[in-house]
Amino acid sequence: MLDTIKLKYYQGDKYIKDIQNAPIKDSFRGFPIIKEGEIDVSCCPLNALSTNPNKIDMGKCTFCAKCKSEIIQFSPKYKISSASRENLIIKENMTFEEFEKTAIKARKEIKKIFSKSLKLRQVSAGGCNGCEMELNACLNANFDMGRFGIEFTASPRHADGLVITGPITKNMAYALEDCYQSTPNPKIVILAGACAISGGIFQNSDMLNREFIEKYNIDLYIPGCPIHPLTFINALLDYLEIKA
Amino acid sequence: MNWIITENNKKIDALSIPTITIEELREDLKALKLRPIGFFGKQEFENVRLYVVLADDKKGKIHISSVLFKPDVKSYNSLTKDFPQLHNFEREFYEDFKIEPKNHPWLKPLRNNQKDYPFFVMQGEDIHEVAVGPIHAGIIEPGHFRFMCQGEKIYNLEIMLGYQHRNVEKLMLNPNNRLAESICGDSVVGYNMAFSEGMEALSDTVISKRACLIRRIALEMERIAIHIGDMGAISGDMAYLMGANVFATTRTLVINTMLEISGSRFARGLIDVGGVNFDIDNEMASKIKTMLNEVLEIVHRCAKIMLKKPSCISRMEQTGTVSKETALSLGAVGMAARSCAIGLDSRFDFKDKYYTKYSTAKKLEETGDVFARFKLRYKEIIQSIQFINYFLDELKNNKEEIKTTPNDLSANSFVVSITEGWRGEIVHCIITGVNSEIIRYKIKDPSFNNWYMLSMAVRNNGISDFPLCNKSFNLSYCGCDL
Repeated sequence: MLDTIKLKYYQGDKYIKDIQNAPIKDSFRGFPIIKEGEIDVSCCPLNALSTNPNKIDMGKCTFCAKCKSEIIQFSPKYKISSASRENLIIKENMTFEEFEKTAIKARKEIKKIFSKSLKLRQVSAGGCNGCEMELNACLNANFDMGRFGIEFTASPRHADGLVITGPITKNMAYALEDCYQSTPNPKIVILAGACAISGGIFQNSDMLNREFIEKYNIDLYIPGCPIHPLTFINALLDYLEIKA
Repeated sequence: MNWIITENNKKIDALSIPTITIEELREDLKALKLRPIGFFGKQEFENVRLYVVLADDKKGKIHISSVLFKPDVKSYNSLTKDFPQLHNFEREFYEDFKIEPKNHPWLKPLRNNQKDYPFFVMQGEDIHEVAVGPIHAGIIEPGHFRFMCQGEKIYNLEIMLGYQHRNVEKLMLNPNNRLAESICGDSVVGYNMAFSEGMEALSDTVISKRACLIRRIALEMERIAIHIGDMGAISGDMAYLMGANVFATTRTLVINTMLEISGSRFARGLIDVGGVNFDIDNEMASKIKTMLNEVLEIVHRCAKIMLKKPSCISRMEQTGTVSKETALSLGAVGMAARSCAIGLDSRFDFKDKYYTKYSTAKKLEETGDVFARFKLRYKEIIQSIQFINYFLDELKNNKEEIKTTPNDLSANSFVVSITEGWRGEIVHCIITGVNSEIIRYKIKDPSFNNWYMLSMAVRNNGISDFPLCNKSFNLSYCGCDL
């Protein structure tokens, strides 16, 4: 027992106090800053780049920085989630502040129903275990998402929404549909990671079935490959208008 | 015997691979007594060529041969009865090329199996079935488990996978590093290294020692991070929450350092064909050393508390036991095999000079239960930290470039690239065609061999111990489903 207390004392506090302004190392690749000029579109294995004007689709981007040049830079801003797919496409000369203003608009009814408690069911539909590990990390003692009343449930019957990771394989499509139908209304759907948003690195696979994305309303898009826990938690806090 | 003998990451002429008959293959497998690491087909005009890759772990050599199936041959006598470790390989070959292994004891679909899967049925009084999945209670990948139980006791567990199938091998015909590291997102460095080293061997690209060292530092950091995470998860599954929390936050230290090096917590984007993208300077090296010292101290303290606690030990000891004989016949590899006293570690077996220079001692455990796998992880963390410290010292006096431009791929070549990820050996076989294009890319994850071990491990255990057994293996779904 004494050893346990000693160990706890040795470890000290590990939780991030202010999760909305948590510092992150400068090496993190987050919100892209794009200038005018000529870029090489073909360097991106995900077709996330386009020209006239220069654009990066964060819904496809894995933030590998292969395209990094004088024109494209990646800032260590991690609040890159959005409530609409169009907002994820970053045009040249767009600043992070501009993006942040329009990215996530909390809806009154959502805030009213879910801001005190949000229980989510996660479905991995072809995910590589990267986003899954980061979602698990959201719950650990460092990030401690549970303090805001946001948790993951074991069954869709107890959930207020779905978090989908992975490009949605053919073999998982029916299970995902089942899970959606089993979740009681009102519910929200969150896509976590480049694979879920656009198929990501697997967009050319012939074993995907992405009908689900077209069929249902998506409430929140969380880019990253894999998503960073701070990106995920902050997206939910903004969406529910929770002030930490 | 007609086999071509080569080494890890050594290019050979694909056309020089001999062709033998299936009966000769059976005789050779009996005589050679080697471990199959590759058993896959390739369409060759109207014929199908079956490549067989065997590992000679004692000598660090790889034996390759092939069998040609004419279009009129639609079956052969299954090899699984004589060599049970081939059971998954033969199922995979059947699924891909529709050439039936006759009298295969378990010819069920491997990946394309969502409808009418022929589950085993058990009948009798008090027997009940428990179906779990594909969506699990926790945040993990999908897979279906079917338990046959009497009361609490598990008689048999049948595992049906395939939900993650993304046809990665086809996508890898136009490969890039981002795709390679997304095949299995918890072994980012392992997969990326296996791919990159294979491509470098195929293109005769020599990369600097510095890049090699940085890759191995990342590989060992990945091993440390996942092992610590798993020790935490094992603690969590036996309701020792102190351990779960301590290990989870300790893992964060390792992966946050990884973020500092490479910009990603799992080292995505670190490795490219031709070298690495991020350097480790002296300042970063000392940061890593300080971090590892702290990690080691916490892991020591927490593991020692747990190894003394009767409540922890009694949950782990004799839970999920796999005997050495079972593991050997199933062809178990990697950490799971080492927990059953099978000394397989491709870092040392295939003589990776960066490791063998310092040590060739494989970490082993004897008992094959959850306790063994817990203790083995603890041992391997300590070993990996030692290796990283050696590598960091070597980096200090090395001023080489970290990246070179890779050459073009050679035509008509074959390479086997093996990397010891934290689960075990990750085997990539790459074949190029006349125009230097990749015509076949074959991936074998250690989980491909080890999933059946989990089935054997849970027999005669309480069903409530299944999560604990499962976590102690922590096998990959997407690595197996591809």
